[in-house]
Amino acid sequence: MRGNFAKITKILSAGVVAAGLLASASAKAAEDTIKVGILHSLSGTMAISETTLKDVMLMLIEEQNAKGGLLGKKLEAVVVDPASNWPLFAEKARELISKDKVAAVFGCWTSVSRKSVLPVFSELDNILFYPVQYEGEESERNVFYTGAAPNQQAIPAVDYLMSADGGSVKRWVLEGTDYVYPRTTNKILEAYLKSKGVPAEDIMVNYTPFGFSDWQTEVSAIKKFGSAGKKTAVVSTVNGDANVPFYKELGNQGIKAEDIPVMAFSVGEEELAGLDTGPLVGHLAAWNYFESVDTPENKKFIDDWHKFIKNEKRTTNDPMEAHYIGFNMWVKAVEKAGTTDPDKVIDAMVGVSVPNLTGGYSTMMPNHHITKPVLIGEIQADGQFETVSQTPGLVMGDEWSDYLPDSKNLISDWRAPLSCGNFNVATGKCGGKGTN
Amino acid sequence: MKTTMLLLRAIGLTLLLTMAGLLPSKAGEAELRATIAKFATATGFSATEAIVRELAASGDPAVERPLSALADGNLYIRKADSQVFVGKEAGDAIELLDPLTGDKAVDAAKTDLTKIKVNNGLRRVIRDALGTLTLRAKDASVRLAAAMTMFKTPDAANIEPLDAAIAVETDPAVKAVFDEARAASVLVSDKPETDKLAAISIIAARGDRDALSLLTSVEAGSQGSVRDAATAAIGKINSTLALWDAGQNIWYGISLGSVLLLAAIGLAITFGVMGVINMAHGEMVMLGAYTTFVVQQAIRTSFPGLFDWSLVIALPLAFLVAALVGLAIERGIIRFLYGRPLETLLATWGVSLVLQQAVRSIFGPTNQEVGNPSWMSGSFDIGQLAITWNRLWILVFALAVFAVLLYVMKRTPWGLQMRAVTANRRMAASMGIKTPWVDALTFALGSGIAGIAGVALSQIDNVSPNLGRGYIIDSFMVVVFGGVGNLWGTLVGAFSLGIVNKVLEPYAGAVLGKIVVLVLIILFIQKRPRGLFALKGRAVEA
Repeated sequence: MRGNFAKITKILSAGVVAAGLLASASAKAAEDTIKVGILHSLSGTMAISETTLKDVMLMLIEEQNAKGGLLGKKLEAVVVDPASNWPLFAEKARELISKDKVAAVFGCWTSVSRKSVLPVFSELDNILFYPVQYEGEESERNVFYTGAAPNQQAIPAVDYLMSADGGSVKRWVLEGTDYVYPRTTNKILEAYLKSKGVPAEDIMVNYTPFGFSDWQTEVSAIKKFGSAGKKTAVVSTVNGDANVPFYKELGNQGIKAEDIPVMAFSVGEEELAGLDTGPLVGHLAAWNYFESVDTPENKKFIDDWHKFIKNEKRTTNDPMEAHYIGFNMWVKAVEKAGTTDPDKVIDAMVGVSVPNLTGGYSTMMPNHHITKPVLIGEIQADGQFETVSQTPGLVMGDEWSDYLPDSKNLISDWRAPLSCGNFNVATGKCGGKGTN
Repeated sequence: MKTTMLLLRAIGLTLLLTMAGLLPSKAGEAELRATIAKFATATGFSATEAIVRELAASGDPAVERPLSALADGNLYIRKADSQVFVGKEAGDAIELLDPLTGDKAVDAAKTDLTKIKVNNGLRRVIRDALGTLTLRAKDASVRLAAAMTMFKTPDAANIEPLDAAIAVETDPAVKAVFDEARAASVLVSDKPETDKLAAISIIAARGDRDALSLLTSVEAGSQGSVRDAATAAIGKINSTLALWDAGQNIWYGISLGSVLLLAAIGLAITFGVMGVINMAHGEMVMLGAYTTFVVQQAIRTSFPGLFDWSLVIALPLAFLVAALVGLAIERGIIRFLYGRPLETLLATWGVSLVLQQAVRSIFGPTNQEVGNPSWMSGSFDIGQLAITWNRLWILVFALAVFAVLLYVMKRTPWGLQMRAVTANRRMAASMGIKTPWVDALTFALGSGIAGIAGVALSQIDNVSPNLGRGYIIDSFMVVVFGGVGNLWGTLVGAFSLGIVNKVLEPYAGAVLGKIVVLVLIILFIQKRPRGLFALKGRAVEA
């Protein structure tokens, strides 16, 4: 009995020691790595878009590690799945920051998911890189916006359509999905078009619900609106899944790009992958990156992506480039600051400049938005875009639109003396719209 | 610039007339080659456009090949020697053809070539140019297309070639469009007023949106009697179009109704007849759509000739796949939960999540491309009503499925057993019916029908793991509104909801229209809790 007991204690103590060793080993490993949070939906409705962004982040982290990591440590990706559930985004963000102690988070797609995590990031003082084009009207200290603001996508797109190359469009259909991004963008566009002398009767605004699939009435309304003897174009902020049936209906009702072109802000290579693009040739999209852009950086990026994902057919798209830029900026800022402490990295970020994939450099501006070129592309039969117009220089992201009455006086500058996301130049005070 | 162009075009036309049927002369060909070679040095769309106009002005039918190749994005410059070729994709390489004769030259790798870029403006210019060039084509449909293009882009210079073409045209349908195109061109020319008034009456008789568009711009740019005639014609066209619009809304409603019917008809069995609240119904539809995708994928790689049959082949397979999954769900889960609707709801909801994620893991989260067979693409017109083929076939298909299902339920022994079990389970059992198996097969039938609905819906919607989500609420709405347990109720419910929705949509917008429909249904259910066609008798209490 006694012997047995001794044996048991011996085994037990050995186990405890082993467990202790294991624990200390894993603690040691944790100290040796820098954790990077990835907050993209891997299930639910948004998985269609966000899964790719998770994969591209894993690729970028792997490449950085192959180059020797960061500050002499390896990077470690922490992937969580917020399941397209907006409140869960906030919970998962909290888990990443408090439990996993990540140095920065790359994530979110929809504006509502971003709004849901904002309080978490400012409370726990961490960094979020947001890679998707959005409606603007926001600038937060803890968020870096690597996607396009409206003036980096919507306004140049409309300018192109108004130009002789774009067909000198005189009549406008603003077609969108019914939520915050299309509503704000269309508000900005309406004000902009009116400022350019387009009369109100030449603008038609229409909204459809998420995931809308029966476009017959809308497409025939567009046809009707377009038969007023003036050149007509559609500016589409239709989101996600609703696009495929929309384009199918356009093709079936015989609306050709030469007659009524559709300029889309949410249709990229990934969305076209589920579509026979034959009837859509010539319809347009405005982005800051196309897979077809012919630069050595882009070729390498695409090759790396195909190798990483082990599928030659997977496309690349604009938000992927935004993560590429955002990640490289973060790496550079951490090297500059010599630490991953979010507070110091946030200060080091402004002014950091890294190559983008379209042959230039993107720079982080004091308003936490970046400079980008704006490309207008036409859909080709192979599902790619052909660039037909490009802004001559880089466009700086303008967070507070100059065309909305309650935001035109606001600016954002997160550098030391001002350090304010919504400074009102008329009253000279920090505050106003979007103080939350 | 414009006058020289006109002159060139006129010269080209006389050349064309004199040499009709002959091959281009050697000298002409050399000139054309010189012009085509200029594509290699053109920078920017406006430079390319100038060359296109120059080629079109030659009036030589031989330029059709390089111009249509350019419009399709198939004109290439070989980097090595700046020669211009028509390219045809052949696997990884590109087969290069001579731009004028179409003779095969050599193959080249994509990297050795530069594609000449086109944009919408350029495509428009080429389309117009080809319109004039193909007026005398042998194929009547090509002539018709040319005339339609010329109608949409009226130009005073078009009158002369159109007159020549009208004189020799034998096909009355083509001739009518020629006349309309000529009338359109007269309106923008400086011809006398009487000609213009005659032209307006020709165009007004056409009575469609293109005519309206043309007359609106004429009205804005003219005075006196021409303007008055245009205004009167516009008024007349608008009033007829308003009637057609009403007809169109009804057709859209019927079409939406057929989609709702397809989505709901399987549920009318599992929920309506069996009383199982099956939240995984949408996922059965999705499985059917993915089966179509797999079938098309197999056909694309192995038997490309069979593509037009892909949907027909997919139908039985989709039924089988969805029915087997349905059978597994019934045997594995639902049979333990009969009479416990809340638990059934939660369990099938869980099953739907599992199925979605399973499909996402196997096929990936992105949309899959399901092509339309040629007989389901495009549209045709009845008067001013544009009817798309895919919608029409879906309507026919939905009604066919409904008829078959009705036959199975009312006329076969299996249908009789099904109804017997639903009406009085214990009595049916004591008559020797194996009720558990009838339950399982009924559920499998409902699921299988959802599967074939997926085949049809893959033609108009995304094939993604979320496909079913969009239809589940609508399906329940249709079945509840129509009356639980009654197939005819489902039919009437689907079409009335579809039509009400589509008639409201142009006035209220898609978002508000849907809300109004939901409110109407709530009010209706308050008044008639058992739906349109309520079942009577003992089944109600069961």
